[in-house]
Amino acid sequence: MDFLNAIILLLNFTILPALTYGSQLALGAIFVTLIYGVLRFANFATGDMMSFGTMFAVILTYYLQSLGINFGMLPTALLTIPFAVFMMIFYMLTVDKFVFGYYRLKKSPPVQLAMVSVGVMFVTQAIIRIIIGPSDRRFLDGEKFILKAREFKEITGLNEGLTIKSTQIITIFVTIIVVSTMFWFLNKTKTGTSMRAYSDNEDLALLSGIDPKKVVLITWIIAGILATIGGILYGLDKSYRPFVYFNNMLPIFAAAIVGGIGNPYGAFLGGYVIAFAEIFLTYAYKKFFMYILPESLEPTSLVQLLSTDYKFAISFSILVIVLLFRPSGIFEGKKI
Amino acid sequence: MAFFEGNNMTAGYGNGPDIISSCTLNANKGEIVAILGPNGAGKSTAMKSLLGLLNLKSGNVKMDGEDISKFSPQDRVRKGISFVPQTKNVFSELTVNENLKIGAFLRDENLENVIKEIFELFPVLFDKKNQVVGELSGGQRQQVALGRALMIKPSVLMLDEPTAGVSPIVMDELFDHIVKIKKNNVAIIMVEQNAKQALSISDRGYVLVTGKNKFEGSGKDLLNDPEVRRSFLGA
Repeated sequence: MDFLNAIILLLNFTILPALTYGSQLALGAIFVTLIYGVLRFANFATGDMMSFGTMFAVILTYYLQSLGINFGMLPTALLTIPFAVFMMIFYMLTVDKFVFGYYRLKKSPPVQLAMVSVGVMFVTQAIIRIIIGPSDRRFLDGEKFILKAREFKEITGLNEGLTIKSTQIITIFVTIIVVSTMFWFLNKTKTGTSMRAYSDNEDLALLSGIDPKKVVLITWIIAGILATIGGILYGLDKSYRPFVYFNNMLPIFAAAIVGGIGNPYGAFLGGYVIAFAEIFLTYAYKKFFMYILPESLEPTSLVQLLSTDYKFAISFSILVIVLLFRPSGIFEGKKI
Repeated sequence: MAFFEGNNMTAGYGNGPDIISSCTLNANKGEIVAILGPNGAGKSTAMKSLLGLLNLKSGNVKMDGEDISKFSPQDRVRKGISFVPQTKNVFSELTVNENLKIGAFLRDENLENVIKEIFELFPVLFDKKNQVVGELSGGQRQQVALGRALMIKPSVLMLDEPTAGVSPIVMDELFDHIVKIKKNNVAIIMVEQNAKQALSISDRGYVLVTGKNKFEGSGKDLLNDPEVRRSFLGA
């Protein structure tokens, strides 16, 4: 019984949240890796682009709510995804046309494009500030819990409760759909294969008649879908604070690099590696050990390796360790 | 008039000096033409000019009588001119099958038959069709590169040092393949370092020196020409 309690405790406070957080990071990391693989630069505007897409979902959600439209048990925000994705792609293509496109034609080195993306990041932040402002907004509606701790305890008779938030299940479910569709596209369709070919060997792709403009367009479209959906899922799960997305860039880049930058599978798994590392290393295990150890050995401290304030330090350490010992990532990617 | 010809081509990189000047090369269908010459003679530059990777300062490139000097490399690919670069000539992260399919990116019809023909030409690749090309040996990679270039059923095939960095046995094998490709009525132009072997399978050859035509003639004639032998064949 104690053993079961310990498992439920871990499931509730570490595994489930890590799977959710990992999915959100994975979407962002695939975004980073795609841009790096195809357009060949580290996009520092990633976090704010995610925030930008989410902003439209928030605004439209409020509008739909004011009209009395909702999505039943599911969050209204899910209805707004197509609109938000559309706005995001429109914004990305505009930025690409007027900013990135120029430097791509000039064949600027990747570092220069990365610096340009920092500029794009500041402008994006400013636009967000103008349109919606910096304050914290909740836009989650519908059923909040699929399973409440109290109900779980009543059903199973255990001491520990298991809470399953609807956002957790939605996040994991939507991520599986989006990521599997994307991998299907990249591996099974002609356009997807041409994207991978372009990423692998640009000159030969041109000699084979692949149109670089089309590859760039498709890349931004996929990136827009990933960024917006990743951002909305994160916003639903926590809350929409526009500038928190900027902070998330560290774990997102760490995930992309751990997975081997340029390798979308790696980025996907990297998201979970970072999420599990962050949550496992900052969780206080006191209660867990109280369940599994005999009374005489019970810990007196919190048994917390690191305070949650240091969770970004974990991503950062993983990033540094990977870059020192395996610069091409755990799952072979391009060397940085 | 030959099927594919570059007439009096002059070209260089950027605003730098001319690398080739008044260089003339041509090839007919079903013919192998070797471009030879010492290092820095402009062999690769001549090939790049034919392909449109470099702009001509003067001269022209004609295919079947049509002047294609102003065509972009992609448009030339569309016209049936295929190129195998010396390095990075395969998609190393893609499988053999995907490499071949990308080779035929501009073709819309059913590719299965073309792919089957390629596998008949390079039986080794059939067993490895789902393997990532980066894992193959050097000789097999060159075969993938040739196969990829053949997917558009080219009428002109240009090879930049197809046997660079492979063992002598693999080199002989690759030359055998090139002879087989020629039989499909393709005009083949190749730049080669292994001059003796290249000339022995070539119908004609050009020797370039400092960007100009120095000698030209049939493969046999060049092989037997004492001056060519002394200067370029090392015997």
